Amino acid sequence: MRITATLRMALRALRRNKMRSTLTALGIIIGVGAVIAMVGIGNGAKSQVETQIASLGQNVVLVFAGNWSSSGVRSGWGGAGTMTVDDALAIAREVPGVISVSPEVRDHQQILAEGQNWYTTILGEGPDYLDIRQWPLQDGAMFTDQDVRGTTKVCIIGKTIVTQLFPGENPVGKTLRIRDIPFKVLGVLSPKGLSVMGTDQDDVVIIPYTSEMKRVSKRTNLGSINVQSASPDFSDSVQKSIADLLRQRHRLGQGRDDDFTIRGQQEIADAATATTRIMTVLLGAIASVSLIVGGIGIMNIMLVSVTERTREIGIRMAVGAHGRDILLQFLIEAITLSSLGGVIGIAMGIGSAKLLSAIAGWPTLVSVSSVVLAFLFSAAVGVFFGYYPAQKASRLDPIDALRYE
Amino acid sequence: MTAVIKLENVHKTYHTGEVDVLAVRGVTLEIASGEFVAIMGASGSGKSTMMNIIGCLDRPTEGSYFLDGVDVSHLDRDELAAIRNKKLGFVFQGFNLLSRTSALENVELPMLYTHDRLSSAVQREHAIHALQIVGLADRADHYPNQLSGGQQQRVAIARGLVNHPAVLLADEPTGNLDTRTSVEVMGVFQKLNEAGITIVMVTHELDIAAFTKRNVIMRDGLVVNDTPVERRSVAEVELRRLEQAQQAVKLSA
Repeated sequence: MRITATLRMALRALRRNKMRSTLTALGIIIGVGAVIAMVGIGNGAKSQVETQIASLGQNVVLVFAGNWSSSGVRSGWGGAGTMTVDDALAIAREVPGVISVSPEVRDHQQILAEGQNWYTTILGEGPDYLDIRQWPLQDGAMFTDQDVRGTTKVCIIGKTIVTQLFPGENPVGKTLRIRDIPFKVLGVLSPKGLSVMGTDQDDVVIIPYTSEMKRVSKRTNLGSINVQSASPDFSDSVQKSIADLLRQRHRLGQGRDDDFTIRGQQEIADAATATTRIMTVLLGAIASVSLIVGGIGIMNIMLVSVTERTREIGIRMAVGAHGRDILLQFLIEAITLSSLGGVIGIAMGIGSAKLLSAIAGWPTLVSVSSVVLAFLFSAAVGVFFGYYPAQKASRLDPIDALRYE
Repeated sequence: MTAVIKLENVHKTYHTGEVDVLAVRGVTLEIASGEFVAIMGASGSGKSTMMNIIGCLDRPTEGSYFLDGVDVSHLDRDELAAIRNKKLGFVFQGFNLLSRTSALENVELPMLYTHDRLSSAVQREHAIHALQIVGLADRADHYPNQLSGGQQQRVAIARGLVNHPAVLLADEPTGNLDTRTSVEVMGVFQKLNEAGITIVMVTHELDIAAFTKRNVIMRDGLVVNDTPVERRSVAEVELRRLEQAQQAVKLSA
C-alpha cells in the first residue's frame, strides 16, 4: 500500500476525533516544549559563562605566586613573595610559544578625584595587558613601555570608576589621586561586565606595574603574571615550560613544592562550564519525563482506537489488507500525532524560551541541534509507543474482527 | 464448465477448552463458474464455517480447497489476504461499510490493497463503474449514514465486484433488510449472475434461497441435500407481486 494513501487515511482518522487527537498531541506538545525551553535555558546559561570566560582573554595562561611555609606556618596564596619582575621577563624571553607577558600586582586603595572618592582595585600591569585580555579601550590610549620604564604617573580606568568619580564628564586628561599621588587618566576601558566569579571587572584602575610597585604599594614581588600563548595548542607546553623555568629560577630542588600555581584558560573554563552543563542535563532530563508521559498518552489512545475500530480492521483484512498494511496504518497515525505534537511543541518551546528571556531576563539559547533532536525524539516516541497498539491491530483475526460489536 | 470452487473432504475442528467442536466433518463440493448457489442450514449446521473457509478467512484442518484451480488450503495469512483481494468479493449481513467514508471510497477500498496498484484516476474509474452496475453511481459522494439499508448493501456489492473476483460471497446479505429491499438486493444478484458472475450465498431463509439456482443444505457439519432450484423466483416478478399486494391493502383500507 502506498505511503501517501496511508498518510491520508491516518490524517482523516485523526481529524475524525479532533478533540481526542488534540489532547493526545498536547502531551507531546508539552513534553517537547518543555525540553526545548529547558535545554534553551541551560544552553543560555552555558553560553553566558562562556562569554565571561572568553573575557579572560585569548589563550591566556595565568601564573600565580604560590604560598610559603616556615616551621609549620603557611601563608596564603601570594605569600611566598618569590615571583619577581625578572621571572616575568624570563618567561617572555625563554619560553617558546609565548607571545606576550604582563606582570601583575594587585592592590586596593581609596582614590580621589574632583571631591569624590572611591575604594577600588589598583592593577599594576604591563602595556600588553589589554591585548592579552582582549579588552579594547573606549576612549584614549594605553600606556606604553616608556611609561613602564619611567614609572610614569598615568592610568586607564574602568567604566565604574568613570560613573563614580567623573559622572557625566570625559575623564581623559583629568587627574585622580591614589594615596595622594596624582595620576593622569590616559584612557577609558570599554565595559566588560561581571567576571566568572561575579565581581565587577570595570571597577578598576590600571597603572604601569613599575609605578604600582615603586609609588603605590612599595612592593618588590609580583602577585601574578599574565601570559599569552600563540595558540591553544601551545597552552600545555607553555604551562610546562613556565613551571620548569620558575622551579629552576627559584632553585626548587627535587621534592620541594612549587611556590607558584599555573592555570590555563581551559581549566578555568572547564570548571565554570561544568555546573551549567550539569544544570542543562538535569533540566533536559526532567523535561524528557513529560515527553515520555506524552508518549504513554499516545499509546493509551491508540489502544482505544484499535479497539473501537476492530470492525474496520476486519473489513480491511477481509478485502485483502495484509497485517503489515494495518500495522503501518496505525503506526503512521501514532507518528503523525507525535510529530505534529513535536512541531507545535518546538514552536511553543522556542516561544516560551523567548518569553522567559524577555520577562525574567534569563539568557536562553535554542540551538538547531536541540530542535532537530527534539523532533526526531518525538517521532521516535510515536514509533515506540505506537508500535504495540499497531501490532495488536495487525494480529487480529479477520473473522473475530468482523464479528466484533 | 470448470469448477471455481472445489472442496475435497474438508474438515474443520475447533479446539475450544476441553471438547473439540467438529464444525465441518467432511464436505466435498464443487461449484462451477457461473453458478448461483445458496448454502442453507440451521444455526450450528456449519454453514458459517463453510463460508469462512470458502472465503479464505479460515483454513480447513483437513482436506483441500481449490479456488480457481489453486490449492489455498495451506497458504499463510498474507497469502490468503492476497487471494481474498484478487479472487473474492464479500457481501456481509451488516453491510460492513466504513463509516464517515464516502460510497466511492468504500468501493475503492479493495484496490488500495492490490499488489499491482492502479493509479488513483483508474481506481476511481473502476469504482464508479462498479457503482453503475448496482445502480448507485449518482450516490458516489454519499456517506453510509445518508443511504438506506438496501443502498448500503448495494455499495457493499459494488465493493465486492470492483476487483473482478472469481466468486462473489454473500453472508446473509438480506438478514438486515425488509422484504421489499431483500427482493431488490436479490434482483441485483440475479442480474450479476446473468452477466456471468459466480455467486455463493449463505442464508437460512427459504424464500431468499429460492432466488438462486442451486441449494446446498447442511446439517451437523455435513451436506445433506444438494439440489437445483426448480421453481426459481424472479426478482422483478416478486417485486410486482409485492406492489400489487400493497395496492390491495390500500384499496381495502
